Amino acid sequence: MDDRLARYAEIVGRQEIEELRALADRLSGRTLQNINSTAVGGGVAEILTRMIPLLRELGVNATWDVIKGDQAFFDVTKAFHNALHGKRERITPEMFEVYRATLTENLRSMSFCGDVIILHDPQPAALVEKKREIGGHWVWRCHIDVSAPQPDVWEFLKPYIEQHDAAIFSMPEFAQQLSIPQYLVAPSIDPLGEKNRELEPEQVHGVLEKYGLDPERPVLIQVSRFDRLKDPLGVIAAYRLVRKRHSCQLVLAGGGASDDPEGEQVLREVQEAAAGDPDIHVLLLPPFSDLEINALVRGSTIVFQKSLREGFGLTVTEALWKKKPVIGGAVGGIKRQVLDGITGFLVHSVEGAATRTSQLLADERLRRIMGENGHLHVKQNFLLTRHVKDYMLIMLAMDYPGEHIVYLG
Amino acid sequence: MSGCAPFRFYTERRLVLLTGRKARNLVELLAHMEQVSGSSIFYHTHHQYLAHHFERPVFFNDFASWTGWALQERRLAEQLAAVDIFSFTSVRQIREAIVNVIRRRLEEGGENRSAPPGEEFHFCESRSFVMSTGLEARDVSEFFRKLPEVSNASLFFHFLEARLRLGRPTNDFSQWLADCGYDALARAVDALDPYVMTLDELRNQIVELGRWAGLV
Repeated sequence: MDDRLARYAEIVGRQEIEELRALADRLSGRTLQNINSTAVGGGVAEILTRMIPLLRELGVNATWDVIKGDQAFFDVTKAFHNALHGKRERITPEMFEVYRATLTENLRSMSFCGDVIILHDPQPAALVEKKREIGGHWVWRCHIDVSAPQPDVWEFLKPYIEQHDAAIFSMPEFAQQLSIPQYLVAPSIDPLGEKNRELEPEQVHGVLEKYGLDPERPVLIQVSRFDRLKDPLGVIAAYRLVRKRHSCQLVLAGGGASDDPEGEQVLREVQEAAAGDPDIHVLLLPPFSDLEINALVRGSTIVFQKSLREGFGLTVTEALWKKKPVIGGAVGGIKRQVLDGITGFLVHSVEGAATRTSQLLADERLRRIMGENGHLHVKQNFLLTRHVKDYMLIMLAMDYPGEHIVYLG
Repeated sequence: MSGCAPFRFYTERRLVLLTGRKARNLVELLAHMEQVSGSSIFYHTHHQYLAHHFERPVFFNDFASWTGWALQERRLAEQLAAVDIFSFTSVRQIREAIVNVIRRRLEEGGENRSAPPGEEFHFCESRSFVMSTGLEARDVSEFFRKLPEVSNASLFFHFLEARLRLGRPTNDFSQWLADCGYDALARAVDALDPYVMTLDELRNQIVELGRWAGLV
């Protein structure tokens, strides 16, 4: 077994890796092309960064391309993103035109090589128009919460989505009335990646020190893009309630993503709200800060993900893997990960987040039990190996349309 | 030892498909239940057995779980959980039995409660991919020795799903044991009700029967 696969086998068991190999053997010689809108920042780019090498190691020819767009295009797709998440956005006919024009330009410049082509999220969805010309199997992978989309944006995208052979969603609630099969596939984290691998205590301490955090006092942290839907101001409000009784520190750490133009403004609002409190640390981390994020979470006592809407919430997965109890908004994929009272607490308000934080700060045993549960929950359900297996099964499923039981021998 | 063919252990991997159908109350649940595929009924009455649970689920059947906690229809939930899936050999029979329980409840009248927003029942179904595990037993004694190595997915395929695949009140293990001439043991394994225990418990009980027969 290759070194890297052997290391995965140490975590998930040899049998699991043998099964991956057996599936990959059935796909040998086929190409899986992934297309999204950013190479850095955000969950999709992170998953692809880790998934492509593993697929290749198994013998599946996986590739990854990124569409090109200017500021106007990413303003439009950010508005689409918010509108699909159910946040009211004013969408004009010109915005639809910007989207169409950018994708037409990409259709001309991009080369398509996949036997199976996965388009991630709404940004590249219109590339499916190429299917008429080159054939192949096309899959739309939706990473966002589309349980209550704004109708004009959904109706605009739906004809593109229905040209695919299948769609993939992260939660049952996100399913739509579509004419194509819809698969349920949870995203994943890579336990061997810089962001999740085990660290030495000195490395963790070093990073806490670098950012002026006191390792003797509890650290609360939310790792997220600076985005209103992640409710960073709500986290600060909850921290202020907790501070009345407990001496603790708060870290709000996030990076920017090249397809998120709204981030800077939200960051300014967060900095204003945090001003004057030396125990609130607002950290705008550059890309490739995975090791520091890993250390910050490992050095924290409790992790927040107080989102108001959420596709899946990989930051939750990462925290649970590091045996941290998570206090999460009861939305989207957070509900699948934070098993209320078992791996953390689900909350619906600033007050709820504050109460649960105080409860956990006062109970070291509860934090430890929840941490162990969370680690096991991720191991069973949300590791990269399972994700890769699901994608390979979807590739195989394309060969057997409509069959509920497929005998692979 | 009789000269039966080796037992080959298979396993299956599943992809979950979303149907886009959702129910907010019992009337909607019933309407969808009459229309969804057999694969969907199978999924919602079986998938909990394959999942890992931190606490033993109150009910293994999704219809019972959802009516109990999202609709607060506790009596109905118990009645749905009491539907004896072990007595059926087809998904059609399972569907009829569950539909009848819900229909009776609706005929009694009473409130048609709605689930809180965000807690609707989402109908799923599954596609399964059956693969050889490469594991095989050449005789009955080896079968019982190797059983502890067999995954839950494999056990599920040979034991729970087999009844519905074969359309007979038996499973792959019992069928093979009978073919090997171990009729009494085959009947004893057949009598285990997998719907009232976890797959780990089921595996232990089968191994225990082998031990009792002096085969382990």
